[in-house]
Amino acid sequence: MSVQAETVLSIEHVAVHFEGLVAIADMTFSVRAGEIVGLIGPNGAGKTTAFNVITGFLKPTSGEVRYRSTPLNRLKPHEIAALGLVRTFQRTSVFRNSSVFENVLTGLHCRGRSNIWQSLLKTRREKEAERELVKDANEILQFVGLERRASEAAGNLPYGEQRLLGVAMALAVKPSMLLLDEPVSGMNPSETARFTQLVKKIGATGVTILLVEHDMPMVMQVSDRIVVLNHGRIIAEGSPTEIQNNPEVIRAYLGQGKKRA
Amino acid sequence: MSRLLSFVLVAGLASVPLWLRDFYVLHVLITTGIFIIAAMSLNLLLGFTGQLSLGHVAFFGIGAYTSALVSLGFEIHVLPDVTVGLAPKPVWFAMVTGIVVAGLTGYAIGKLSFRVRGAYFVIVSISFAEVVRLVAVNWVELTQGPMALNNIPALTLGIGPIELSFLRKPSFYLLVLAAMVVCYIIIMRLVNSRAGRAMIALRENESLAMSVGIDVTRYLVIATIVSAAMAGMAGALYTHYIRIVDPDIFLFIYTVTMVIMVITGGKGTLTGPLVGGALFGILPEVLRAMAIRPEVQWIIYGVLMVLVVYFLPEGIVPAIKRSLAGWKRRPIDAL
Amino acid sequence: MDQLLQHLLNATVLGGTYALLGIGLTLIFGIMRVVNFTHGELYAFGAYCMYLLVMSLNVNFFLAFFLAVALGAALGGAIEILLLNRLRGADIDTTMLVMIGAWIVMQNAEQLTWSGIALSINSPFPADPLVVGPVSVSWNRIYVFAVAIVLIGATYYFVNRTRLGKAMRATFQDRDTAALMGIQINRIHTATFALGSSLAAAAGALLGPVFVVTPTMGDLAASKAFAIVILGGLGNVVGATVGGFILAFAEEIGAGYISSGYRDAMGFVLIILILLMRPTGLFAQKERIG
Repeated sequence: MSVQAETVLSIEHVAVHFEGLVAIADMTFSVRAGEIVGLIGPNGAGKTTAFNVITGFLKPTSGEVRYRSTPLNRLKPHEIAALGLVRTFQRTSVFRNSSVFENVLTGLHCRGRSNIWQSLLKTRREKEAERELVKDANEILQFVGLERRASEAAGNLPYGEQRLLGVAMALAVKPSMLLLDEPVSGMNPSETARFTQLVKKIGATGVTILLVEHDMPMVMQVSDRIVVLNHGRIIAEGSPTEIQNNPEVIRAYLGQGKKRA
Repeated sequence: MSRLLSFVLVAGLASVPLWLRDFYVLHVLITTGIFIIAAMSLNLLLGFTGQLSLGHVAFFGIGAYTSALVSLGFEIHVLPDVTVGLAPKPVWFAMVTGIVVAGLTGYAIGKLSFRVRGAYFVIVSISFAEVVRLVAVNWVELTQGPMALNNIPALTLGIGPIELSFLRKPSFYLLVLAAMVVCYIIIMRLVNSRAGRAMIALRENESLAMSVGIDVTRYLVIATIVSAAMAGMAGALYTHYIRIVDPDIFLFIYTVTMVIMVITGGKGTLTGPLVGGALFGILPEVLRAMAIRPEVQWIIYGVLMVLVVYFLPEGIVPAIKRSLAGWKRRPIDAL
Repeated sequence: MDQLLQHLLNATVLGGTYALLGIGLTLIFGIMRVVNFTHGELYAFGAYCMYLLVMSLNVNFFLAFFLAVALGAALGGAIEILLLNRLRGADIDTTMLVMIGAWIVMQNAEQLTWSGIALSINSPFPADPLVVGPVSVSWNRIYVFAVAIVLIGATYYFVNRTRLGKAMRATFQDRDTAALMGIQINRIHTATFALGSSLAAAAGALLGPVFVVTPTMGDLAASKAFAIVILGGLGNVVGATVGGFILAFAEEIGAGYISSGYRDAMGFVLIILILLMRPTGLFAQKERIG
């Protein structure tokens, strides 16, 4: 990257305290447009908490998160998603009892425009709008490679494909930034490889990506930049190579093995 | 259900007054139809949106009382020498008012239910219905309390020289049938729309729904409003059919009846409340014909409900669908 | 002023039994998270047991009380084993529906057996009330209050000081760890439900001779019990005790000074108001968002 892209996500001095427990002490970092940033750190470092704060599921005790200079502190999760900042979940990432297709259709909620009255009266515009959504859903399923599974119940999919569906749903919201919460945890090597390709493909469309992950080879492969969180603070930032050789980072992971934290 | 099948079914049901001479059976069909509408409305909230609302009878009763009071007219003292009154209005207007007031109550409950979740919400909904009942019992000036509002006028619709009266059973039966069909279509279109997907999403996994941009509070409120308004309509129909209404209409046991109908029929399915409503509308009559005492009837319902929860947890309709699908080896979409 | 004192005295006596009802339910609803619609029926059961034992079988009044409580515990245990055991791990609405079914069956069985006639139970106490200055209280009610206090104290001691009580609290706080520690989960569930039910039966056995016994007496009792649990916080025995007295006072003052018709609405109104202001109940702990 020769030109410094603008900052899209900035997290400033965010702290999260639960009754006596400090989940995040003081976290500051930012993500630039079009980057793929990996957020890593030992277990309990506060990564999922950070995600919950950024996406509005948790109110920080102090500090500020801004997305494209809009402060996110007072916004509800669905409002943040509507701004273009969309997350996936590590567990229960899909609607298990609905079909894969219906899952994506649900994800397309923000793209739909029809209101209740139009739906009840089944106006022509409503029917057209629904047709559009069906088309979009099919496109998204093709993009992630799940088109053959469209009519299956999401809960019946193998674990790796469920995570793919979770990403498909997030993509349906037409995000400008995607937050992936441990996307490949529990996946076998071939699923992980397939997923890594997908992440790169998404990044190539211009979507900014921030992912939290424990799988080191995967993160090193996919990220432009890595941010390391430990004990609720950012202890290092840099390219994958820089991070791999950073003594502080190595110390933080000491005793936990380098490959899988 | 395919279009043709539905059409044939409705036409068949519409023809009933032509050949059925037994007015008692017709009466049973009418009350069953009213209960089916109430069950459909509860199913929207309980089945599709996943809210444990056990105060549903409040909406039914509010629709009934509002419609009765507006059609009869009333006068109450808001201060020792200040009265507020309303002259009697035409029944169709009263019924619309009943629906609107019930819907507004639904709005309030919907807003509230988002602050109070899960088991607490169950209790709040029951408490709400009980408070409404006690108000109906004690605010005698408005509601006549246990002495009931009677001589409630029947519905008549006049368009120019043509006047339709819904006083006699055959015409009322057709009115209820029409209302049932309209409500079914409303719910069907709603759950298959973008809003419906949002409601189902919030039932299945609220966090996930929020993460894709669904304003869960908004859709919960919409579901409650529609559900309450529909229940209010059932209440208004009831009140202008029976033409007497007393505070017993708010008894918790009627909520339980509606819940049993929805659960046994199949919550979250379109035809579930129809099956459940028909079953528990007609079953009491069958049992009564067999000279079985009401207490024993209720014991049978209680046992039935427990058995359904254990062995057919999704209800009758999904169980039938599944066995049909197995038999035909073809995926069957949402009925 | 005399009126007020009398109301306060009545409320104190009533509060004791309400506390029993509330504690019983807070153990079941609060700790086990079962929306127990049969709680009111256990209350009625306690009263009907007293009737059967004292009036039909001529059992000694005080012995009958012990038997009624024991039978209540047995019934509660039976309900848990027969109905709830196989639903372990199901959603709260599933267990709720089963409890509704059980409630319907129980209440109608009572109706069938004894019909709707209000029954009264003779007590061995003198008919004339004890008069202390401007207030009077019947001996029966003094007995009720005394027994209620003893039972409340016993329950508190049991839940907080005995091994079984601690095992109960451990099971419902963190079931997996409890199981790993060798606690028999199924037995704890049964015991907790039996304990909660026995307290409801005790309340019914105490109040049955004071008022009358009808098949629907449990409904109002159940709703008040829920109000008390919400007032006091789920699973909080002390909270339920305090809540029971608060509700009794609210009812007495409300009935005395506002309108007696709305007396029974007090509990419901309290529930609605409290949950509107504090959606997690009055004394509930703040929950950590995981």
